[in-house]
Amino acid sequence: MAVGTAHSRRELTALAIGVPLVLLAFAGFILWVFPPLYNLFWGATCSTLDIWLVCSGFLQRGFTAGILIGITAPIVGSYLVNRQMALIGEALAHTAFGGVAIGLFVGAAVPSLNYPLLFALVAAAVGALGMQYIAVKTDGYADIPIAIMLTGGFAVGIAVISYGVVFSATVESYLFGDILFVPFENVQLMVGLTLIVAATVALTHKQLLFITFDREAARLARINVWFYDTLLIVLTALVVVAAMQILGAILVAGMLVIPVAAAMQLTSSFNRGLLLSIVLGQGAIFGGIFLSYYWNIATGAMIIIVAIIMYIASVVGNPLQ
Amino acid sequence: MTHAITVENVHFSYDDQPVLKDISLAIEQGEFLGLIGPNGSGKTTLLKIMLGLQTPDRGTVELFGTPATKFTDGTRLGYVSQHSTDADAMMPVTVREVVKMGRYAHAGLWPLDSEDDEIVDEALDKVGITDLADRRISRLSGGQRQRAYIARALASEADLLALDEPTVGVDADSVEQFYDLLGELNEDGITILLIEHDISVVTEHADTIACLDCELYEHCETRQFLESDALERAFSSARVVGSNALAGGD
Repeated sequence: MAVGTAHSRRELTALAIGVPLVLLAFAGFILWVFPPLYNLFWGATCSTLDIWLVCSGFLQRGFTAGILIGITAPIVGSYLVNRQMALIGEALAHTAFGGVAIGLFVGAAVPSLNYPLLFALVAAAVGALGMQYIAVKTDGYADIPIAIMLTGGFAVGIAVISYGVVFSATVESYLFGDILFVPFENVQLMVGLTLIVAATVALTHKQLLFITFDREAARLARINVWFYDTLLIVLTALVVVAAMQILGAILVAGMLVIPVAAAMQLTSSFNRGLLLSIVLGQGAIFGGIFLSYYWNIATGAMIIIVAIIMYIASVVGNPLQ
Repeated sequence: MTHAITVENVHFSYDDQPVLKDISLAIEQGEFLGLIGPNGSGKTTLLKIMLGLQTPDRGTVELFGTPATKFTDGTRLGYVSQHSTDADAMMPVTVREVVKMGRYAHAGLWPLDSEDDEIVDEALDKVGITDLADRRISRLSGGQRQRAYIARALASEADLLALDEPTVGVDADSVEQFYDLLGELNEDGITILLIEHDISVVTEHADTIACLDCELYEHCETRQFLESDALERAFSSARVVGSNALAGGD
């Protein structure tokens, strides 16, 4: 007993000191280390390959954003899918869209606040906590809060857009995603979100997995189930906001779910499945961007279509069946 | 001998439907208790209250001398349920990954080390499923799967093992082996709480029996129990089964 308490106290102290330090380190990395690295990498890639696809500044930013999404979305998706919460990402994306609409509206009036993604982040986080609250407070089925958030977020978004003066092209880029529309500060924001998601999951993977697999046993092992549920849903909100720029609010859930579903067909191990889903996620991102470039098709749509083709291939050619 | 669990005057009801009325019992460390009663008699609810997973409406419960809901040392408790969950039928997770979960409460936020791996290997060996360690848990038979959950409880080095109808859907041979294994663990000093619908199995293996139907009818040694009429009284008073979702299987 005493050992257990000392153990968790040591952890709390480590966290209390570690978390601010790590966040500071992340901020330093994003602001000062990442930009030169980014230039170095794309400069080298451009001079070796010398094709427009890797030399255009728009596509360099889009590619980077895509690679980051291809890492974080399948990681978070692996837990969500196995909790039958696949659609929660979709609900949060729609809530985030409501936030974007508010952000565009406020930004049009107050130019210094013209940063819609931040509004999206806040809306998605509030939506995530709201859903968690509804799930704990009521006895209803899990898809009820999802349906409410999914339609509610969109309703708010459309209401605000119909009232305010917002360019429809801007709205569309958040609805359907636009790889040519990722400013560098959004890439930096996504690096930050990716670092936070990766660090949090690295630290809490065991707890998240245990709760995903066997809630009751996890509660018995005195794991704070409520805390980790909330953590996972907030991480989902972060990933969704990051992914929304490329995939759009409507297609975001695909990246959370499809690579994971394909990986689940191909391996028996959760940990290997998690890694494999990142590999498949990268495949979908690269394949989607290349094909959309050669065929001149919307990128977000092509990424999801490539992912679905991978999934079908994994089902048809399943080595485990 | 100190008590693993003491329950005093516990009452519990779902809405206004009483499930447990004035239950008091004490379980000694190292005891092998069989908890029996008709469907809907509140067995699972009592088990959850004893483990601190549910709070009684009235009364007190102590786990190893600490109020059960305030008991924080998850490493001392192991739990094996009927496991009709979707997760173990669908989720890609290997037997070894499941058994490793037993070490999670020990490791906290730190990664598992080689000592944890050794303990996991020993647990797999003890229940005889080392050769299945890398198989997906959903591909195992019911008996093999329950062994994996026992191995997880062993890996957690729990002092107290709670089992809620662990042999539902398990073939007869495996059930026999399963109870032999429980007997061995009990001889090693682990306290065992077992809910089981097959009364002949319980009376064969448990040291003591508690017979429950909303009220506690009897808690005594198995031999005494068999001579008493508690079973008859409990089951003849059984309320209409299936009228609500209070059945022990939940």
